[in-house]
Amino acid sequence: MVVHLKPVDAVIIGYGWTGAIMAKTLTDEGLSVVALERGPARDTSPDFEYPRIVDELKHGIRGDLWQPLAKETVTVRHSLNDRAAPYRQYGSFVLGNGVGGAGVHWNGQQWRASPEDLRLRSHITERYGKNFIPDDMTIEDYPVTFEELEPHFDHFEKVCGVSGRAGNLRGQIRPGGNPFEGVRSDEFPNPPMPDIYSSQLFAKASIELGYKPFPMPAANSSRAYTNPYGVRMGPCNLCGFCERFGCYLYSKAAPQTTILPILAGRPNFEVRTDSQVTKILLDATGKRATGVSYIDRDGREVEQPADLVILAAFQMHNVRLLLLSGIGTPYNPRSGTGVVGKNYAYQMVSGVTAFFGKDVEMNPFIGAGAGGQQVIDEYNSDHFDHSNLGFIGGSLIFAGATGGRPIAQMALPPDAPRWGSGWKAAVDKHYRHTSTVSTMGSVMSYRDRYLDLDPTYKDSNGQSLLRLTFDWHDNEYRMAAFSAARVEEIVRAMKPERQSTHLWRPGDHYDVRVYQSTHTTGGAIIGTNPSNSVINRYSQSWDVSNLFVMGSSAFPQNIGYNPTGLLAGLAYFSAAKIRETYLKTPGPLVDA
Amino acid sequence: MSKAPNLRRRSFLLGLAPAVAGTLGTIASSASGEPEDPGAKRSHLPVFFNSAEWSFLNASVDRLIPDDGNGPGGLDAGVAVFIDRQMEAPYGHGAYWYMQGPFYPDTPATLGYQLRYTPRDLYRLGIAAADRAFLAAKGLPFSKASAEDRDAFLSQLEAGTVQLDGPPAAIFFGQLLTNVREGYFADPMYGGNRDMAAWKAIGFPGARADFTDWLDQQGRAYPFGPVAIEGDRG
Repeated sequence: MVVHLKPVDAVIIGYGWTGAIMAKTLTDEGLSVVALERGPARDTSPDFEYPRIVDELKHGIRGDLWQPLAKETVTVRHSLNDRAAPYRQYGSFVLGNGVGGAGVHWNGQQWRASPEDLRLRSHITERYGKNFIPDDMTIEDYPVTFEELEPHFDHFEKVCGVSGRAGNLRGQIRPGGNPFEGVRSDEFPNPPMPDIYSSQLFAKASIELGYKPFPMPAANSSRAYTNPYGVRMGPCNLCGFCERFGCYLYSKAAPQTTILPILAGRPNFEVRTDSQVTKILLDATGKRATGVSYIDRDGREVEQPADLVILAAFQMHNVRLLLLSGIGTPYNPRSGTGVVGKNYAYQMVSGVTAFFGKDVEMNPFIGAGAGGQQVIDEYNSDHFDHSNLGFIGGSLIFAGATGGRPIAQMALPPDAPRWGSGWKAAVDKHYRHTSTVSTMGSVMSYRDRYLDLDPTYKDSNGQSLLRLTFDWHDNEYRMAAFSAARVEEIVRAMKPERQSTHLWRPGDHYDVRVYQSTHTTGGAIIGTNPSNSVINRYSQSWDVSNLFVMGSSAFPQNIGYNPTGLLAGLAYFSAAKIRETYLKTPGPLVDA
Repeated sequence: MSKAPNLRRRSFLLGLAPAVAGTLGTIASSASGEPEDPGAKRSHLPVFFNSAEWSFLNASVDRLIPDDGNGPGGLDAGVAVFIDRQMEAPYGHGAYWYMQGPFYPDTPATLGYQLRYTPRDLYRLGIAAADRAFLAAKGLPFSKASAEDRDAFLSQLEAGTVQLDGPPAAIFFGQLLTNVREGYFADPMYGGNRDMAAWKAIGFPGARADFTDWLDQQGRAYPFGPVAIEGDRG
């Protein structure tokens, strides 16, 4: 029997970063709001308390904070003609679960996009000609500019207490910051963390080679800080348990440490955890959402009517729920028609590990997800001339350590034995004397890379899993090889005893067994009209005007940065328009 | 003598073959009145593994992380105990994995694990199959073989060059090696990394997780030993 609840003004699906941002905005405006979170309630205390949280096996390996794949996963195939296989064990990416979502166990590398990332097709065409873009590459412009998003990037940095150093402050290029960044209206709210040793070696070598290294913008607060909402954070101590872990110190920005405390107790707001939305409900016209259907903690099917629906789950779940709800036209990769599921993209990472002698004490366990790291941005976005390179896009290049957790973060030379006395000798020789310089590379979107519903595999509720059809294209192999070659030069200048490169090379397929990045994007992309996108510039569904879709599912192609800053900027931009316009006169905010 | 001889004696008492347990002379010297390490007395009666499986597991751990004087050996560190306990935990039952069919084991390896076996299944079927294969080839159980012969066989499993009447050899070996490393380096409360010996050997400070006092001393060797989640200090 279905339980029918009383209507509320707004329902939010997913209570991570964007769910929290929208919950604040809508409750500020006096709306009655319900947030439905599929996972459990979680807070710094008791869930992330020291010492239980600093348990590599439980959190870093088994992933007790992650979405349980036993209940729901995705399937993956490399091309249109392959049979997809379920992602049965964690590898390539890590899905969040519970209050705070993946915002609990991210690293806190908080970036804005580059201005040209937001008008990529136009920018590439203007600079290199339209023939520079391969026919099957389906990159697009965002229908919103860097300048429009900048105040929201700035606000989110202040919400998160980001530590960093401005490189382009109101048009003035400043030493020690990122000279390639878009114009920022204000300095970071906190100064950078001190560099850890591996970052110092990287920065020195980079300067010798003529680069301009700068501190990684870190949502790891470098000092005691109170954010614009009055929520207080504490200084990061480089504990080495950042990504994959909740922060026990209130230092890493997560919804719990920045926004949720001010929402708790608001009389017009309720969070229902262990409540998984199975469908967005539509009226008879199919043009209006009437609420959502979900399965509650007791396993009951519940209908929650609402005037406004905010889809704020993880990128993959957003796309899946649109498909399961029959909202929008599913993308067809053969005809190129339809939009839901279109332009799935990922990131291509590479890295060079530097093995030093025993006289170089790296203390690899001292590190944070972002704080203490150093970056160069010379080879990201279109910061460099691609004319003769044969590819579009680029990579962030960064150094430092998020920790030296010995099960998963034991970097050994590729020829080291994997077990036995030889392995023990390699561990002894390298564990404390090794560092890595990594790249985070953009991935473009393509006609044959997309998301749809799997025809075979189901979740524990009997609903179809999402299917990823994805593999690398030549553009990305070239991009990564170029980036890795630059990193090899830098690492050589760091003068290790030896170095080894990890790089996906032409012929290597996308490998789900190896952790690469949780920065998955696309499938519900933002655009100028209903024929090329799922949502308009305010993240409003073209098909259902009282539905807004948040998150990196909006990205028309991926960038060479962590996506959280950009997706939060889009969320705040949307929230402002909802507050200023939509709530007064509900309806389409952009004419189709 | 330190604790290594005592640990070898414990292995012997648990029914391991002499080839694993070390020389009789070593055992005798230990049994003849040296103070024993209290940690060494902790014996483990396996819950999941039967005696034949337990012998295979111990004989494998003894070679995957040998007691060679360079940090603790896997047996002394309690790695086999760790694995036995993991098999009784949700992990062993496959609770962390999506286990709905259909299963297509011939899927390209890059799409990840596609067998219907939980970790418990992999060990139960894998050990039996590996023992059969070794017995057929060498005429004695794996656990009674020399270190050299066990190393050679483990290498064959790793490379997938031996055909098992069970899970593919390389997948079984991969499961074993993954859990062996986990047991060696996980917090001691899970039964391995006994006395934080593996952390001490490599210089990992365990659950300290506070380096405020080292922010301005980068490049100097961190001097403090590990702490464990339950509060032990090393």
